[in-house]
Amino acid sequence: MLKIEGLSKAYRTGDVALSSVSFRVPRGQIVGLIGPSGAGKSTLIRCINRLVVPSEGSVMLGEIDLTRLGQRALRRQRRRIGMIFQEYALVERLTVMENVLSGRLGYVPFWRSWLRRFPPEDVRRAYALLDRVGLLQHADKRADALSGGQRQRVGIARALAQEPDLLLVDEPTASLDPKTSRQIMRLLTEICAERRLPAIVNIHDVPLARQFVQRVIGLRDGEIVFDGAPAQLEETTLSTIYGADDWQAMRREHDEQDDAEPSQRLSGAEA
Amino acid sequence: MTDIGHYREVWRPASAARRLTRWFAWLALVALFVFCWQLMTENTIWAFVSDAPRQAADIGSRMVPPRWSYLPALMAPLWDTINIATLGTLGGIAMAIPVAFLAARNTTPSARFLRPAALFVIVASRSINSLIWALLLVAIIGPGLLAGIVAIALRSIGFIGKLLYEAIEEIDPKPGEAISATGARPAQVLDYAIVPQIVPAFIAIGVFRWDINIRESTILGLVGAGGIGLQLQSSINVLAWPQVTMILLLILGTVVVSEWVSATLRRAMI
Repeated sequence: MLKIEGLSKAYRTGDVALSSVSFRVPRGQIVGLIGPSGAGKSTLIRCINRLVVPSEGSVMLGEIDLTRLGQRALRRQRRRIGMIFQEYALVERLTVMENVLSGRLGYVPFWRSWLRRFPPEDVRRAYALLDRVGLLQHADKRADALSGGQRQRVGIARALAQEPDLLLVDEPTASLDPKTSRQIMRLLTEICAERRLPAIVNIHDVPLARQFVQRVIGLRDGEIVFDGAPAQLEETTLSTIYGADDWQAMRREHDEQDDAEPSQRLSGAEA
Repeated sequence: MTDIGHYREVWRPASAARRLTRWFAWLALVALFVFCWQLMTENTIWAFVSDAPRQAADIGSRMVPPRWSYLPALMAPLWDTINIATLGTLGGIAMAIPVAFLAARNTTPSARFLRPAALFVIVASRSINSLIWALLLVAIIGPGLLAGIVAIALRSIGFIGKLLYEAIEEIDPKPGEAISATGARPAQVLDYAIVPQIVPAFIAIGVFRWDINIRESTILGLVGAGGIGLQLQSSINVLAWPQVTMILLLILGTVVVSEWVSATLRRAMI
């Protein structure tokens, strides 16, 4: 489905964010992209839909090389790529419904989007998606009236409204608490399974990645240092990716969260 | 308790060098004040100044009581004044919006040519007082309301354009990134990601400028651009001081009402 070959990005300042990254993602596979901040995770997924213009290499989505498209053709291809952001990137003063329908902008003429007159089919699909992510009764609320977890659900619905062939997910849980993070990851994996959608998920939380993704790619200083099943991730690999000290600290933190969560669930059940 | 005996007990918010600079800065300010005072008093005729309290009391006594019977005759010019302010503001807004989008770094189509041009329009409009605009326009399109409306509009472009383009530059870029990632056209990104973010600032700026324009349009009549200023000028010319008081009271009342209206509007719409 997605084939990346020799992808490099050097910024004008001379910083090299990616150097010759190659991998393939088949239909229906969820790939977790792990690595410390500054490893190039964000640059990598932004190079795929060209929010960042890559310096070298090719990104093949199906039969089309995204790196060689003109503006108009790029917009047509971007409709096939749904993107979900760390801080939701919703338009806060618009309603939930407008945010979801903005996923259809690439398909409708300007006058329709300007008058908010979307085709009936798009509206029906938007309602169905809001129902799927559990926000049907919030459709007419303003996006800034929602909680963090709810906003990320709107972000997911907006990406799915595009009817995408690929999902790019940039740190979907970084602004959320551990419990909501798991719910969001669970929702994402369920949706990808339902639609056989391939997805690339940037995620700095390794235990969370291990729990939810089928394949992990480890990035360090813009290069792939690991590519395999989560079960194959060993302590030594993680130490190479993150540096030994940081990895130990991250693991301890996660164990503490794990200890805390069952008790939270119990108290929730009592109430 | 930990032992604190061996720490220094003197702390100053600024270093010695900084304090010295600050002291000299104050000294320079005082020196400037003394110099300016000398300059000012050089050409003052003190005989007139010593006379001032008596003169003020004299004019004051002639100004009260205001001539209330003059009020009905002022209603038509007052209506003109409000129209000048309102239509002028609307015209200014209509012209300022495109200028602001051309001037904002994140929305301008050409940072090299159009942005400097838009910034020049803003500066040119702001550097000329509405009274001067009116003076020019009365000469060009003749005396009357239209000159006043155009003068207010031209002066408002710079004010609204500047504040609006600053608001555009301060928006959060992430929603715009997200909307363009869906494959939306630039016009749709503007409509869905940028405009919703600047609406509150836009309303506040427009209402604020209308409020200022009410005050500015009261004096445009001085140069023949219509409105209540015309009555003010003719009353001063014939030394009809009770009428002048009446006009000033009416302007005061209008400004108070416009402040109230603009505050209410802002609260209701944001």
